[in-house]
Amino acid sequence: MKVLMLDQAKCTGCRACEYACSFEHTGKFNPLDSRIKVNEFWEDLTFVPSVCLQCERAYCEEVCPTSALTKNPETGVVELNKEKCIGCKQCIVACPWGSIKLDHTGKDVIKCDNCGGDPACIKVCYPGALSYEEVEDITNLKVQETATRLKEIAKDLVKGGA
Amino acid sequence: MIKGGFKGKLLRVNLTTKEVKSEALNEEWAQKYLGGRGYGTRLLLEEIDPKIDPLSEENKVIFATGPLDGTLAPSSGRTMVITKGPLNGAIACSNAGGHFGPALKHTGYDMIVVEGKSAEPVYIWINKGKVEIRSAKEIWGKLADESDELIREQTHPLAETMTIGPAGEKLSRISSVMFNGHRASGRTGVGAAVGSKNLKGIAVRGNEDTPVADPEAFMKAIYKARDILSKDAFAGQGAAMLGTAMLVNVINGVGAFPTNNAQDAYFPEANKISGETLREKNLIRNEGCAECPIACGRVTVVKSGPYKGTIGGGPEYESVWSFGAMCGVSDLDAVISANHLCDKYGIDTISMGSTVACAMELYEKGYMPKEDAPFELRFGSGEAMLKAVELACKQEGDFGKLLAQGSYRLAEHYGHPELSMSAKKQEFPAYDPRGIKGMGLEYATSNRGACHVRGYGTAVEVLGDADQYAYEGKAALIKTLQDLTSALDSSGICLFTTFGLSANELAEMVSTATGFSIDAQEFMKIGERIWNIEKLFNLKAGFTRKDDTLPPRILNEPIKTGPSKGHVEDLGKMLDEYYQLRGWDKDSVPTDEKLKELEVQILK
Repeated sequence: MKVLMLDQAKCTGCRACEYACSFEHTGKFNPLDSRIKVNEFWEDLTFVPSVCLQCERAYCEEVCPTSALTKNPETGVVELNKEKCIGCKQCIVACPWGSIKLDHTGKDVIKCDNCGGDPACIKVCYPGALSYEEVEDITNLKVQETATRLKEIAKDLVKGGA
Repeated sequence: MIKGGFKGKLLRVNLTTKEVKSEALNEEWAQKYLGGRGYGTRLLLEEIDPKIDPLSEENKVIFATGPLDGTLAPSSGRTMVITKGPLNGAIACSNAGGHFGPALKHTGYDMIVVEGKSAEPVYIWINKGKVEIRSAKEIWGKLADESDELIREQTHPLAETMTIGPAGEKLSRISSVMFNGHRASGRTGVGAAVGSKNLKGIAVRGNEDTPVADPEAFMKAIYKARDILSKDAFAGQGAAMLGTAMLVNVINGVGAFPTNNAQDAYFPEANKISGETLREKNLIRNEGCAECPIACGRVTVVKSGPYKGTIGGGPEYESVWSFGAMCGVSDLDAVISANHLCDKYGIDTISMGSTVACAMELYEKGYMPKEDAPFELRFGSGEAMLKAVELACKQEGDFGKLLAQGSYRLAEHYGHPELSMSAKKQEFPAYDPRGIKGMGLEYATSNRGACHVRGYGTAVEVLGDADQYAYEGKAALIKTLQDLTSALDSSGICLFTTFGLSANELAEMVSTATGFSIDAQEFMKIGERIWNIEKLFNLKAGFTRKDDTLPPRILNEPIKTGPSKGHVEDLGKMLDEYYQLRGWDKDSVPTDEKLKELEVQILK
């Protein structure tokens, strides 16, 4: 299963992802219609992107009284059926990440749908803070990164123990 | 009719009467001058007398976006500040990155025209099209970044801000306007123009979209542009890796790095203040302005000295040079401290560093009474440089106040104006014209005073394949680059995109956004038109051919060491040819034929 991965260390705070997202979903450039959001902490110039993480146990799905939100078991995406949504905003309350929101009209609920498997945001993220990867691949990469560091320590340990 | 790119409205705020008015954009002007620098200059020519005192109530300050602001176009978040410049009285346009421009667009306005003068300190709050003028009494006196935080506390945490620091409030003629607390419209003293109106800041937050005329063609054009930039050696790789300070070793390496107030043009210790060293020792992360794939911005931390632990944006190449080589300083932490300090107080780093360098030469040569300076002002001392910057930022004592007015007024005060490394009173940046010939012509003819971002000859003379020491072809090169940049500055996009993009790609983005029929040729013509009306403003303000010159040192004193040893700049060799190519007479006045060709005859 592929997921949107966010790497805060690489985010430069340019917000191109917000414009790409807005255009992909609405055909217009309006950051308030973006499903992804870059958070700036100006006091120490830190940038943290946030987007729906497509939870396995999705609180938004659990609280939705009309089943407008449902987890697609194949893609893993928590899908929003606009026809069924009554705008009660309980999903917004339930989401621990703040990743379900209202669009610029202040009326319509919007959330990330991974652009149906071809996310627009990652195409404009040159620093590589956003990527769309198989979970297994990411896990392996992280394990290897850590292991590589430990390998150097391990080598020294052998010397010390000999 | 405007089909996109522009929102089609400007906001006029009169701080004397507190009247706020929304006006339709002049469509003819938008077609002929685009937005930003072009539109702003045209408006000033219509509405102010170029002879007025820039710090008087009659001056206006325009905060303008271009048609590409608030879209996905690469590096399209520029905000232009256009006014009659406090530093020298010429037409001024100084632009910055950050996120203010796009946010202004989303409020429904392409630009804000600030007029008059408030009796009390105020800031302007534009919230989704609703405009308030609020008291800034509690914020007045605060640093630029503190003011950003305070204004967001009082308005909305996600508002984007323009603020000035104490330097702008106290009318320093080298003061800057800051965006998001750390991105600077640094040059020409625009901060003082804002401060003279008792305007502390502007906060904007919008909910409207930016329309484009042909969305499909526009997206095609911008993805093409983004692709080109990502593959460019400078924009795609070098700038992200090392920031603009990557140029330290490059420009010093070709012997054009002004050192010790340009007494030389080669700094043996350049490596200690290079982009490479900055990355290794002080870099925390890269920062990108709105929609920018380049992300040349640096976030750095000071590692030693009195400001240890201070985090800030930059320093850029120019600031590394001005506080570094220009003052003979190789202490990178002192350089970064000076840079962060200037951002907080709202002072232009190029002018500030060069002014301290000028003071150091006045001091060492005995041209100023030693007791005027509260400490020894010697080239090479990072401590002295930083103390001098502190004095100027806080405007402490007579000497601090003098430093805050720039090198020209400082040197003139002590009877040696020739030691100010400036043209039209504005300090030149980090390229010695004796080593890069076209840059001298650029400094001398730049409408806002010495400047590298009007016609960046270095891109071709050093980074491209032209001969840096040749005079032939430089007049044509500088004219072309000045025209290109004028149009680009009116589109809302960053100059650095031109490392990869030509007028073709720029015109394609602008035309698909606006629906105007603009090809590369028309784009260049728009640029030439803007350059000429800026010139007309300056002529009306009293500038003449004699102002198109360089410091005597650059014209007469050969470079002492390094690869360009022995070189001086022969400006005369290029200037007549330049006027001729521009269609101007020998006194630098545009001919009637040229103005007719550009359809701006009525402005003469």
